[in-house]
Amino acid sequence: MSDMTSQHSSWREWLTTDAPTSRRHARLANLYQGWLTLRANSMAMFGLGILLALLLVALLAPVLSPHDPFEQSLSNRLQPLGTEGHILGTDSLGRDILSRLIYGSRITLYIVALVALIAPVAGLLVGTVAGYVGGWTDTILMRITDIFLAFPRLVLALAFVAALGAGIENAVLAISLTAWPPYARIARAETLTIRSADYISAIRLQGAGALRIITKHIWPLCISSLIVRVTLDMAGIILAAAGLGFLGLGAQPPSPEWGAMISEGRRFILDHWWVATVPGLAIFTVSLAFNLLGDGLRDVLDPKDGSQ
Amino acid sequence: MSLLEVENLWVRFPTRQGIFNAVRGVSFALERERLGIVGESGSGKSMTGRAILRLIRKPGIVESDAIRLEGRNLLELSEPEMRKVRGQKISMVMQDPKFSLNPVMTIGDQIMESFLLHNNTSKAQARAKAIAMLEAVSIRDPERVMRAYPHEMSGGMGQRIMIAMMLIPDPQILIADEPTSALDVSVQRQVLDIMDGLVKERGMGLIFISHDLNLVSEFCDRVLIMYAGRIVEVCDADKLHQAKHPYTQGLLNSLPRLDQPKKHLEVLKRDDGWADGESVGGS
Amino acid sequence: MVVSDANKERRRRAPLFPWIKGTLLTLGSVAVTMLGLLFVTFVIGRVMPIDPVLAIVGERASQSTYDAVYEQLRLDKPLIFQFFYYLWDVVRGDFGMSLLNARPVSEDIARVFPATMELATLGVFVGIVLGVPLGVIAAVNRGSWIDQIARVVALVGYSMPIFWLGLMGLLVFYGVLGWVGGPGRLGIFYQDIVPTRTGMILLDSAIAGDWSVFRNAFSHIVLPASLLGYYSLAYISRMTRSFMLEQLSAEYVTTARIKGLSERAVIWRHAFKNIRVQLITVIALSYANLLEGSVLTEIIFSWPGIGSYITTALLSADMNAVLGGTVVVGLIFICLNILSDLLYRAFDPRSK
Repeated sequence: MSDMTSQHSSWREWLTTDAPTSRRHARLANLYQGWLTLRANSMAMFGLGILLALLLVALLAPVLSPHDPFEQSLSNRLQPLGTEGHILGTDSLGRDILSRLIYGSRITLYIVALVALIAPVAGLLVGTVAGYVGGWTDTILMRITDIFLAFPRLVLALAFVAALGAGIENAVLAISLTAWPPYARIARAETLTIRSADYISAIRLQGAGALRIITKHIWPLCISSLIVRVTLDMAGIILAAAGLGFLGLGAQPPSPEWGAMISEGRRFILDHWWVATVPGLAIFTVSLAFNLLGDGLRDVLDPKDGSQ
Repeated sequence: MSLLEVENLWVRFPTRQGIFNAVRGVSFALERERLGIVGESGSGKSMTGRAILRLIRKPGIVESDAIRLEGRNLLELSEPEMRKVRGQKISMVMQDPKFSLNPVMTIGDQIMESFLLHNNTSKAQARAKAIAMLEAVSIRDPERVMRAYPHEMSGGMGQRIMIAMMLIPDPQILIADEPTSALDVSVQRQVLDIMDGLVKERGMGLIFISHDLNLVSEFCDRVLIMYAGRIVEVCDADKLHQAKHPYTQGLLNSLPRLDQPKKHLEVLKRDDGWADGESVGGS
Repeated sequence: MVVSDANKERRRRAPLFPWIKGTLLTLGSVAVTMLGLLFVTFVIGRVMPIDPVLAIVGERASQSTYDAVYEQLRLDKPLIFQFFYYLWDVVRGDFGMSLLNARPVSEDIARVFPATMELATLGVFVGIVLGVPLGVIAAVNRGSWIDQIARVVALVGYSMPIFWLGLMGLLVFYGVLGWVGGPGRLGIFYQDIVPTRTGMILLDSAIAGDWSVFRNAFSHIVLPASLLGYYSLAYISRMTRSFMLEQLSAEYVTTARIKGLSERAVIWRHAFKNIRVQLITVIALSYANLLEGSVLTEIIFSWPGIGSYITTALLSADMNAVLGGTVVVGLIFICLNILSDLLYRAFDPRSK
């Protein structure tokens, strides 16, 4: 027993040391410090917990879900909460709401992952190139970014999906198209700050080319601001995806997308309110989790922004 | 009875790593003289100034046996009573006029506000007083300055405006917290002379807080040297070379002097022992 | 002195120039952005997998009818020309014909727009009246229970889907409690009584002095306006708090306290004065956000504004209507952004 505790305390010491022995050591120590700060923020931990739960639910959907989400049972329509075998009731086609909620988490995660991959990466590319190269490239790229920033996101996404046709991939594309500009702005601002640093001049004198400088020196420093921004934006993206789903422009029926479920339940809202209410609560919970986590991350990575 | 008496002042801040004592048992008295407080960043000199005006808010904790202004203990005053003391009896000039003046109010409005707060007069009278005050700090076009905004002023002018604004209610004590540190060297002297002139003219007490020992020794009558929240030395400005504490001596030795050329300019060596030990009384 | 007088003259004439230059640059910027928006909507319109000609003439039309319409829509011309024709049409306010009711889209939009404006204006009003004081109080009492409540209010506002909350609101306040009027702007018996002057029923009924219509209209607008107002309040209070916190830690606030000012004067006469300009920007942006939010809210409340116009058109694949509505909302969005920028520059003494 004492062996384990001494091993733990020596790990701790290694991570909280004032004098790191290597670059990797310093980086890990930094991460650990950040983790400790985050862990102290109970709201952020709550958010993280919810998101981890979401991940688990999505992964283990076949195991956790009591019924097949597509299985209809017209004799069993619109059963209320607490019905035997259907804790969250059934919808207008007799499908179990809980199961649909569980499988719907997969769709939510899918959308979140795709947008989180496309938008920030696109923004990072545009922003760092514009910031580093400067001149006409910068002006043109930033003009385009500003133009996209000035558009109403949801309305444009609507028009886009309307043109391309409904479907989950088109919805993701439409949302990403309107979500990338802020990341470009952030990346460009960071690039401009870093570009004029002395150490960049130093490595350029040593012969480093633009590509190497951008990828090895500028990108790592942009990452933390981008991570904070992505997490905070996720809530809005989920809401936008739900909105598109509500309008029937996202995942198509019989897909158990949460926004679409609200739309299906809307007709019965006065007498069978749970059909529309429950999926909305799910959306709210996940959005809230992202917001809490994002706030916490911002306090860790960007404390001068102090909203607390 | 001295003009100002500070007895055993402590200023503490709770931090995640425990309680940090910014000021530790500082005591001194101020007559109608120019008292300098010298120290490096973190020595607690600015905190002392702010504690006197009771400007330190939560989570900072201020404890003292007494802070007496003409015999009256300021710590016993209620907040509304303290507000009457601020500005009217004790005033403070801060370091950078770019930040210490309100950017969206005209200079005239700000100066007049200072006067109207403590005097029940008409706006026209306040205006006249403000213009007179601006002339007293050698500002040549007071009418234009009254209408202007702070960002339009240079550093030296801004600081002179601050002095005008802080002296217009006729306080008895002026605390100057690094008043010339943000100014160009060429302008520093000007501003200091103006401040000095006004202080002497009105028979005020001046507390001059700075990190610049040279400046303070030329400008003040007495000097308090602070280190790590304590006063480590008190002496008259003209007797500085007789300073006994190793920190003061170290400071003096690290200043280059034209009349005493040295081959090797010494680096100040610190001793952790200086942080302990009693604060020297400064009366 | 002669020299200083000449300088004064020069200074009096000069300020006009940079101001004109600044405004022209801004207007140019607006024009480019609007051009970009129109380009994007043009592309979207062309990207459709549906054949626009078929959508108009139907599947059983003859080849000659097809060709005639094809030419009429200028689809035979090169893309660049099509874009210029499109621009020219938009500038003249021609968005084409709606497929649903064969009327000009611009007429439809003009008809439905006041409803949205009425809703959004009321929403922003709620947001300002409740949000600004909440933000200031939260900042001044940082960490207190009021601050925590303000934070929760904002957090919920950022996390809740607006269409779902609207639905819940209808359920509770209309379905269960019966406190407010239901969907639509007016009850059946109150419609078409008051002459339409501004298109905003609250105003029109007040002008006509018909207070029963006013009350009915109010009972119908109060729920959706409160809903939008909540989102506006969440945003405005958060931004106000953030701005105030920044100001309260500024040196000039300490100066004001040194002068002996009461805390209230310090907060409102000094700190708040410094954020007024930023607040104008925030309010304009909030207005723009509410216009967007109305898209999803209006269908819930059967509110006949531009939001439900676009969504209805969407569901019937009426691309002209969808794009027309998008362009109008987009243009207003851009204008509000620019307006807030201009106002900022006009009122901040530091940018002069």
